[in-house]
Amino acid sequence: MIEQVGRRTVAAIKAVGRFGHFVEDLARAVPDVSVWGPLTLAQMRRVGVDSLPVALFIAAFTGVVLALQASYTFTGTVPLYFVGTLVGKTMMLELGPVLAGLALAGRVGASMAAELGTMKVTEQVDALETLAYDPQSFLVLPRVLAGTTMFPVIVALAIVTGITTGWIASLVLLDLSTQEFLKGLKLFYRFKDTWFGLFKSATFGFTITLVACVVGLGTRGGAEGVGRSTTQAVVYSAVLLLVLDAFWALVLLR
Amino acid sequence: MIAFQDVHKAFDGHVVLDGFTLDVQDRETIVIIGYSGTGKSVALKHVVGLLQPDAGDVIVDGRAVSTLERAALLALRREIGFVFQFAALFDSMSVFDNLALGLRRRQLSDDEIAARVQEALALVDLTGAEAQYPAELSGGMRKRVGIARAIALRPRYLLYDEPTTGLDPVTAAVIDQLMVRTREHLGVTGVVVTHDMRSAYTVGDRIAMLYEGKVRQVGTVAEIQATQDPVVRQFIEGRPT
Repeated sequence: MIEQVGRRTVAAIKAVGRFGHFVEDLARAVPDVSVWGPLTLAQMRRVGVDSLPVALFIAAFTGVVLALQASYTFTGTVPLYFVGTLVGKTMMLELGPVLAGLALAGRVGASMAAELGTMKVTEQVDALETLAYDPQSFLVLPRVLAGTTMFPVIVALAIVTGITTGWIASLVLLDLSTQEFLKGLKLFYRFKDTWFGLFKSATFGFTITLVACVVGLGTRGGAEGVGRSTTQAVVYSAVLLLVLDAFWALVLLR
Repeated sequence: MIAFQDVHKAFDGHVVLDGFTLDVQDRETIVIIGYSGTGKSVALKHVVGLLQPDAGDVIVDGRAVSTLERAALLALRREIGFVFQFAALFDSMSVFDNLALGLRRRQLSDDEIAARVQEALALVDLTGAEAQYPAELSGGMRKRVGIARAIALRPRYLLYDEPTTGLDPVTAAVIDQLMVRTREHLGVTGVVVTHDMRSAYTVGDRIAMLYEGKVRQVGTVAEIQATQDPVVRQFIEGRPT
């Protein structure tokens, strides 16, 4: 029992050490702009195209459900235009970034971990190194930068979609007028609502892609290893995303 | 010149190289033979710094590989072509891009890159395969593209990791001829890791047998063929006991 705890502790410390080295190598690759620059644009396109449909799909239905739940909760006690407030605030501060982030952890994180894991076990990463490329600047930096910059864009579109579907649901299903919905939407709006959600989603994008790269490039053992890495990337990203979500709420919303 | 100097390497306590020492002279092709899992590929990966030795070092033209800074290591890698056991082609890229990738790192113009790619593909008899993707190629073709990718860089050293493993005898012979032709054409220093004795006799100037982490015997092809060492004899004759 004690031996097992000891072994796990040592393994955890080693993993932290490896992660530290990874981040150090990543920082060292930053000046290699001629390599990661063009690749980042390609990755941004890929992250955007891959993620947008699923993020918008989730946001669209979330907006409708939020409007209906708000109306159900408020009936008879709170003026119905508060539906606009709840839809807007919730989409901007929490559900937009978090739901899109979780969906993207599954979509983008899994895809990146599987791709890099396959490259690792088939020696493509070694081949890259022998061609005098640094895998950090060729593989990791473009993905992390793409995730960090594109996630806020995707989340912004998701928020807009969620609010729009919430508004449509309010018009069609709750007999709320556009003026009333907008009144509610503007009521407690602060600019912080916007930047908080977008900033948070940038940190989610950074975390999801970094975790996918670390796990993917650490893959060992053929197809089974790739499968394991893919699952690990999704689980670790989702857990870290929720921890980060709580962290930013604690730091920035108090 | 490449010098393996008392290289030690273990993975999770399992000793693979245990004082591996071997000199590779300029413009010769040396073949490292040995049983599967004895560390031949591990030795080769130390030359380009893909693995770090636990003790000892590999010296390439006076540079101790394990002590090189990142920039110096990348510069060293520009002088070395590495042919991987399963070719390790980038499966998301066409044959042309697989070959051009390393050349783009050398600040060549697009015309020069295209010319070098054509030249390398012609050398491996794959002219016209530029637009194909690795998934569309046979095993032998993939190996040849892997060799073309390495020679397109015009390296001083070429390292081959099991270049004929998994190929039928005719395709293996084609690869052997290709390695000989490459040496004659480019005058490079070569290190070939294999357990295919026919290949070793065809391409090697000298042969070294790696056994229990050390060089058991090293000599010319004739010396190895005439060896009285029972371990080497058993291996080259392929006798079970």
